Amino acid sequence: MNLVHSFSRKIFMAVIAISIAIEGMAIIVNSAWAQAQPTPSSDDQVNAIASQLYCPVCENITLDVCSTQACAQWRDLIRDKLGQGDSPAQIKDYFVQQYGDRVLAVPPRTGLNWLLYLLPPLIFLAALILMVRFFMKHRSLSPAVPESEIGEGTSPAKNGPDVSEKGGKID
Amino acid sequence: MIDSFSPPEGQTIRKRLPIWVILAAGVILLSFLVLLVLGLQKSNVQTLTLGSKVADFKLTTFDGSQVTLKSLQGKTVLINFWASWCTTCIDEAAILQEGWQKVGLGGQIVFLGVDYADTEPAAKAFMQKYSISYLNGPDLRSALSQQFHISGVPETYLIDADGTLRGIKIGPFGSAEELSTFLEQKSGN
Repeated sequence: MNLVHSFSRKIFMAVIAISIAIEGMAIIVNSAWAQAQPTPSSDDQVNAIASQLYCPVCENITLDVCSTQACAQWRDLIRDKLGQGDSPAQIKDYFVQQYGDRVLAVPPRTGLNWLLYLLPPLIFLAALILMVRFFMKHRSLSPAVPESEIGEGTSPAKNGPDVSEKGGKID
Repeated sequence: MIDSFSPPEGQTIRKRLPIWVILAAGVILLSFLVLLVLGLQKSNVQTLTLGSKVADFKLTTFDGSQVTLKSLQGKTVLINFWASWCTTCIDEAAILQEGWQKVGLGGQIVFLGVDYADTEPAAKAFMQKYSISYLNGPDLRSALSQQFHISGVPETYLIDADGTLRGIKIGPFGSAEELSTFLEQKSGN
């Protein structure tokens, strides 16, 4: 009796072990499959990248606000690439490789493009310096009242040139 | 006191700007000139005209092979710019494929499809849908569309065996006869 009981107990344990193993494998396979599936990307994620790229066929319209079929296809491509795990920088690089720098809403900081970034602040700075110098020069040229006379508390009228003494006459 | 700031009669005070101000102004001016020249160069590039030689170019096809104009020397080359989002390209897709099967398979005329500003999945789906079998590739970095100064799609160019531009067709071909006439007249066959 004990032998039968022991045998059925072993079978029971074996069934439990196999069940656990199958369950474990199912979890692993399911998890691996889930990882292999592209993660759906939200419209916000797509538009965040689309707003940095220009429509290929319209002038000065970014992808996120463009309603043409070409833009819709590009947005779909962005979504696909996000789903595949590409970063926004990788996606932008891909678009530049495929279509050139002109697709970028912000020109890359390379080569002569630096002029676009450096010239405006340089011009502003130069203008500011020239303006400050101009005002300082004109300030230093304005008539100064001697400190000794300021200290006496005399009125400007009193210290001003005496017109009558120079022969001038105010009518 | 005031008189001491005035220059003596008949004389003017000439103040020189500091050298760094002059240098900075020079650099800024030069930069502007460079930008201006580059802009002018870009806008003033000669457009392709009939009878002009076409510079060599490279097209990487969707299957990864590379084709250059130089490698096609001795053959007439038809270059068709298209895109899957272009509705009029749909109309001429069948005409081009039919034309290719009719005259291209002989080997003397090569058809090249240049997919402009398109996505690869959409382009491939388009090609499959309209059974396009001649060489096709994306216009990488928009190099070819810039070289030919295309104004839109579809546009078709015909280059003769010597690399001279013989035909320009803006817009779609309306019929197989129109394509046939384009090929016969322009290629001199």
